[in-house]
Amino acid sequence: MLLTYVRRELRGRMRQTVIVAVGLALAIALVLVVNAASAGVKNAQADVLDSVYGVGTDITVTQAAQPGADGGRGQFSFGSGAGTTGTDGSTTVASDQLTVGRGTTAMSSDVLATITGADGVSDATATLVLNDQTFSGQLPDAGTAQAAPPTGGATGGEADGQADGQADGQGGGGFGGGNFDVDSFSVEGITPGATALGPLAGATVADGRGFTTADATADVALISQSYADSATLAVGSTITLTGTPVEVVGILSSDDSATTLSDVYLPISVAQTLSGLTDQVTNVYVQAESADTVSAAAAAISTALPDATVTTQADLASSVTGSLSSASSLVQNLGKWLSIAVLAAAFALAVLFTISGVTRRTRDFGTLKALGWSNGRIVRQVGVESLVTGLIGGVAGLVLGLGAILALNAAGISLAGTTGGTAVSAAGAGAPDGGAFGGPGGGAGGGQAVSSTVQTVLHAPVDLGFIGIGVGIAVAGGLLAGVIGGWRASRLRPAAALRSID
Amino acid sequence: MYTLTDVSKTYTTGKKKVEALKNVDLTIPDGQMVAIQGPTGGGKSTLLQMLGALDRPTSGSVLLGSDDLAKVSDARLTQLRASEISIVFQGFNLIPTLTAQQNVETALVPLGVPARERAERAAAALESVGLGERSAHLPLELSGGQQQRVAIARALVRKPKVLLADEPTGNLDEATRDEIIELLEQLWREQGLTLIVVTHDSWVARRAQRRLKITRGTVTDSGVTTPAA
Repeated sequence: MLLTYVRRELRGRMRQTVIVAVGLALAIALVLVVNAASAGVKNAQADVLDSVYGVGTDITVTQAAQPGADGGRGQFSFGSGAGTTGTDGSTTVASDQLTVGRGTTAMSSDVLATITGADGVSDATATLVLNDQTFSGQLPDAGTAQAAPPTGGATGGEADGQADGQADGQGGGGFGGGNFDVDSFSVEGITPGATALGPLAGATVADGRGFTTADATADVALISQSYADSATLAVGSTITLTGTPVEVVGILSSDDSATTLSDVYLPISVAQTLSGLTDQVTNVYVQAESADTVSAAAAAISTALPDATVTTQADLASSVTGSLSSASSLVQNLGKWLSIAVLAAAFALAVLFTISGVTRRTRDFGTLKALGWSNGRIVRQVGVESLVTGLIGGVAGLVLGLGAILALNAAGISLAGTTGGTAVSAAGAGAPDGGAFGGPGGGAGGGQAVSSTVQTVLHAPVDLGFIGIGVGIAVAGGLLAGVIGGWRASRLRPAAALRSID
Repeated sequence: MYTLTDVSKTYTTGKKKVEALKNVDLTIPDGQMVAIQGPTGGGKSTLLQMLGALDRPTSGSVLLGSDDLAKVSDARLTQLRASEISIVFQGFNLIPTLTAQQNVETALVPLGVPARERAERAAAALESVGLGERSAHLPLELSGGQQQRVAIARALVRKPKVLLADEPTGNLDEATRDEIIELLEQLWREQGLTLIVVTHDSWVARRAQRRLKITRGTVTDSGVTTPAA
């Protein structure tokens, strides 16, 4: 009888049922879309961050350079006897140096053991992020150079390959006659075999092979596809790093467009030897035991390493700018409050319509009470009617919401995320070849703080949790309306059924 | 049997107090057909609410058998309304979204009658009031007389001891009025129940064994008479 009466009542009051169900459906659909879009934006942020910090990394540990430190400045120094002097008095020189990127400093590799032992840490791997800068070219006859001394301090055969290079250029060409190349590319020392976490987690070997534990001390390298293309290198080629020939054994490609690779990867011990940074690391990639322990693990690492910069994905997410940041802000603020407002309106609508329905049915409920229906039975009747209305709205809301999410994904909305001011390897920031020594603006980059912009397509995921949220809202809305409406109905006096006469 | 002793009922509206019943003493034996008459606002409906366990008196006692309706719990009042007292209303009071059959079944729901038996008894009750073929119709699809027949079937399907009829013919034309009163009399005789009819209609009142007149909350008893043929 209960369900028959529910079915008859809902059908008999079709307009009211439809209005309440549509209100709830819109609210549920909006909540679903906002949740899915929020998850999509978070995933997009993670993609952007993964491109810089590696897939699966929850925490990164670095150490900022001390104020006034000269880390990473690519200064080339040549002694008075350096190079080969030609018949015209000019001197041909070459230099190759491997240094820590500007803004960061190396730490003892002991930090890895400290971090691995911290509470909440599941796994960690250390890398040594370096910048290789080469200078090669011809310096003019010293006498010619002295005739018009440069503003910068290059006299005596000293050239600064970075900011000072530009300063030299601003000297107005008084130091003319020279011709040199400044080249720069990123190098990262990694632990062979540790590909599940760290910079290679988002890369695959496109050609050749990857590192094995047997490569720990071998002079071998993996290079990115883009670097291989630009430097015309292939598996079997040799690159020279600080005078040491290193064989290219594999070429890497990104698993997705969001992952940015360094130009060259070396076994970490080789990178340490070539850079003279024995037992030193610059970055530690940390994976927490679970998403819930990230904060605790970060706190434990900060306590154990007070001088280190400990950064979680959540911290990094706030550094992402661009349209991705705008989308995140839109979803987090407007989307959230709009959902709450519509949800509140839908709940209020459901409650008001239910109360209105109970008021209109005063005579019916009075009659049923006169027939011996208990308050509990009447409350149950009103509650089930509201619950069924809520579930109808819930199903409609799920369909509507899932459809909207599919449409959102089909639209292929492209978002750009920029991580700014982060001292990362100078991927893609290679110095221009052939910077004319003496021409204006002949400076070369390398090893400086860079920003990385990554394009990603918004994909709003759907999981069972969202469906659970939709059903939960529907049930909650129905129950809320049912409880309030049922309470009103239970307070009606049975004598109300007889009021029509006297 | 009803035994009312010194029953008063006072309604308070703001600062105003209205005495709907004043010190009513009344006994109604089982199986009697009683008509209650009186002017509008005289207290007829209030008395019916006391007899129907729909309300409690301000003072006095209303005994139905051994239950004092003024003192028993709400749950017991609900139980008495479900099993011993049935009411037929002037406005029929059918649930508009339920069919005639389902309306009759609502009277059996609080008794916990199984669905199949409920359906059979409701169908038989509708048959007994001559509406067996209209059981699937909604109230709006039935005439006033037919709706009142459905209401009577709903009242009698659970075989109550008392049937209270509140202006049962007030909304009906004369011919239909006669049919409904004859039906009520027939069922009263066949089932041996106590029938109490509130009415403005003197013709209807004359059919009763006993006529009570209630004016300004005071009951005047005409005594037991032979009903009109």
